Amino acid sequence: MIRTAITTSPIDAAALLAEVTTDATGATALFLGTVREVNDGRAVTGIEYSAYTAMAGEELQRIAKEASERFDGLRIAVEHRVGTLALREISVAIAVAHARRAPALETSRTIIEALKQRVPIWKRESYVDGDRQWVDPTTAHVSATAP
Amino acid sequence: MHQLQVLLFASYAEAFGASSVTVAVPDPATVADVVGALRRLPGGDVLPDAPLVAVDRRYAPGVVHVRAGQEIALIPPVAGG
Repeated sequence: MIRTAITTSPIDAAALLAEVTTDATGATALFLGTVREVNDGRAVTGIEYSAYTAMAGEELQRIAKEASERFDGLRIAVEHRVGTLALREISVAIAVAHARRAPALETSRTIIEALKQRVPIWKRESYVDGDRQWVDPTTAHVSATAP
Repeated sequence: MHQLQVLLFASYAEAFGASSVTVAVPDPATVADVVGALRRLPGGDVLPDAPLVAVDRRYAPGVVHVRAGQEIALIPPVAGG
């Protein structure tokens, strides 16, 4: 089972968990990306996500499908939100369930890494001083404390 | 020469001041021809050495041929997640 979506609505992580969990799954990994208050040393007040929606939806589906082919019996639900998000709001949720924990954890990681590399979504951060800037990971300052 | 429409997003839409532009390219044209034509437009100086291009919603390297009617998009550095 695979379901992916680009959505303008708030993401309901519990609904994704319920969607992938069945009597046959014994391990569910849930990854959430949330808006944090500091990026690259600047205080962030919110993030505006935008997407090439048609391609983002297709690319996300391709990523989930590719990841699903590495293990039998995976159940995957992925949502990425677009629009203006406040601190702590969920920008992306990846729920992966499997009979065993290793495929669930590994697949969750595979999907988020590919998503960040390939899905055409952009974010513009708003800062406390009123400035706004597009985030460009290819030129971003690398912090030793970055998660 | 023929005209192709190119979709623009995020920082590139701001740089070119539009959500799409039309470029004149040789016929047949490649993705690299399209990027070269975009570079010559006002705002085109913001493009990196090898910007990402999607053709019909899939990433396409410079050698891929493009024709009118295909969905061609210039993709800024992605930042999802």
